[in-house]
Amino acid sequence: MSIKGQAYIMGAYEHPLRDAPDISTPQIHAESAKGALADAGLTKDDVDGYFCAGDAPGFGGMSMIDYMGLRNVRHMDSTETGGSSYILHVGHAAQAIAAGKCKVALITLAGRPRQQKFGGFGGGGRPGQLTDGPPEAGFENIYGGTTHNTYGMCAMRHMYEYGTTSEQLAWIKVAASHHAQWNEHAFLRDVVTVEDVLNSPMISDPLHRLDCCVVTDGGGALIVTSPEIAKSLNRPKVKIIGAGESPKGPMGGHDLDLTHSGALWSGPIAFEEAGVKPSDMKYASIYDSFTITVLMQLEDLGFCEKGQGGKFVADGNLISGVGKLPFNTDGGGLCNNHPTNRGGITKVIEAVRQLRGEAHPKVQVPNCDLAIAHGTGGSLGTRHGAATLIMERE
Amino acid sequence: MSDTKTAPEAQARKIPAPPVTIESKPFWDAAAEGRFLIKRCNSCGKAHWYPRGLCPICFSDDTVWEESPGEGVIYTYSVMRRSPTGPYAIGYVTLNEGPAVLTNFVDCDFDQLAIGQKVKVKFQATENGPPVPVFSPV
Repeated sequence: MSIKGQAYIMGAYEHPLRDAPDISTPQIHAESAKGALADAGLTKDDVDGYFCAGDAPGFGGMSMIDYMGLRNVRHMDSTETGGSSYILHVGHAAQAIAAGKCKVALITLAGRPRQQKFGGFGGGGRPGQLTDGPPEAGFENIYGGTTHNTYGMCAMRHMYEYGTTSEQLAWIKVAASHHAQWNEHAFLRDVVTVEDVLNSPMISDPLHRLDCCVVTDGGGALIVTSPEIAKSLNRPKVKIIGAGESPKGPMGGHDLDLTHSGALWSGPIAFEEAGVKPSDMKYASIYDSFTITVLMQLEDLGFCEKGQGGKFVADGNLISGVGKLPFNTDGGGLCNNHPTNRGGITKVIEAVRQLRGEAHPKVQVPNCDLAIAHGTGGSLGTRHGAATLIMERE
Repeated sequence: MSDTKTAPEAQARKIPAPPVTIESKPFWDAAAEGRFLIKRCNSCGKAHWYPRGLCPICFSDDTVWEESPGEGVIYTYSVMRRSPTGPYAIGYVTLNEGPAVLTNFVDCDFDQLAIGQKVKVKFQATENGPPVPVFSPV
């Protein structure tokens, strides 16, 4: 497949200001976006692809997507190559459009280097001086938000709406520990019980210490090849058959709903592309920064009805050889590894082991030919990006 | 009164100075006067949070500051128990005007916090910056 003739540039706008003391960098991004959309005769709700580089304040594209209220974005790219980023983004946008990943891509740039004389830009607040960082920072970062208490807020609301219990959440850790006992590299190898989780110290209500993932050093890498190269190599072939992605954020405080994650959108896109459904999955790698992370994502991906995650994970249903959906058979982030607090790559790695039949024999799923790897990054409690990947053993 | 269950008058955890931008400066100037502002869009009529120059609902640039009584209900919360400065409560308040606001809950028994509880804004001093909005049960 080539991008030739597959995509068109239909809107363009150059911001008129050359000295902008009175508006923020996020606002210049937004005004530029509005101008380009008006030029094209489109609205922001038509945008389903967003591209930005390092000039966009915040975490990848998350802050700007949330600032602008881009509710329908299903493709994100924050590749940074300095001043050339936006030319590269046009190429990437064409690839995404040709692949059917988005139809209307928005690329923005903005900055205010002339204003740095007024105190310099950076992360933290400087008394008496203006900053130009992530637009949400002044309204969020000051309240002592951590991963523990922002995910705690999700668990609290989930319990309130659906009656989910700490015992049910604990089963997720129990399952991970059953798998980790066979992983010689796992950070935590001891099998734990529901009682062990409930009796571990409360970190941030309602999450106990054993509801949390480990903190580890480490790393990982993946090689993705063309079909021709794959055929030439002497390894089992793990075919990529579907992928979906989505941001989620409060979008002005009206779309908060902390009981669901971006998996609600990324999952169906991936399953539809792959032509399979959740019940077809033989194995699932599910991002497990906390037990609640797993429960919410399983619901949003469609492994069970919304609100039924607690019942779904209970009684060992996630334990390989015991339950219906073997998950994180390396022990996951909850027991094995969470290198540099980013667990996405280890999720793909264990899915590859399962599909190759190279997982530990005690946790290997028989005839494992279909697997999912899914993750969220950022915080479920504020704004995050979700990614779903479906793989098939060929 | 139980020493362990009752939060101190102001949280032991010191709140850092909020990063103030040219876009948010009117909010923080009002906060210094004890006034809680939100932004409302003249085009679609909806209030939003945090305040932006362009409406995140309809993308109109016709947004205006509006003083709010800062009343609403607790949407969710979590009490951080592992903090060197003692427990503190983070949570979201759904304002009566509609949008949800991330905040801290103060001057309350953390063990009595509940989703749906009515709360009202107040301002807490920061380290060399403008005071920030926090909420207490009413």
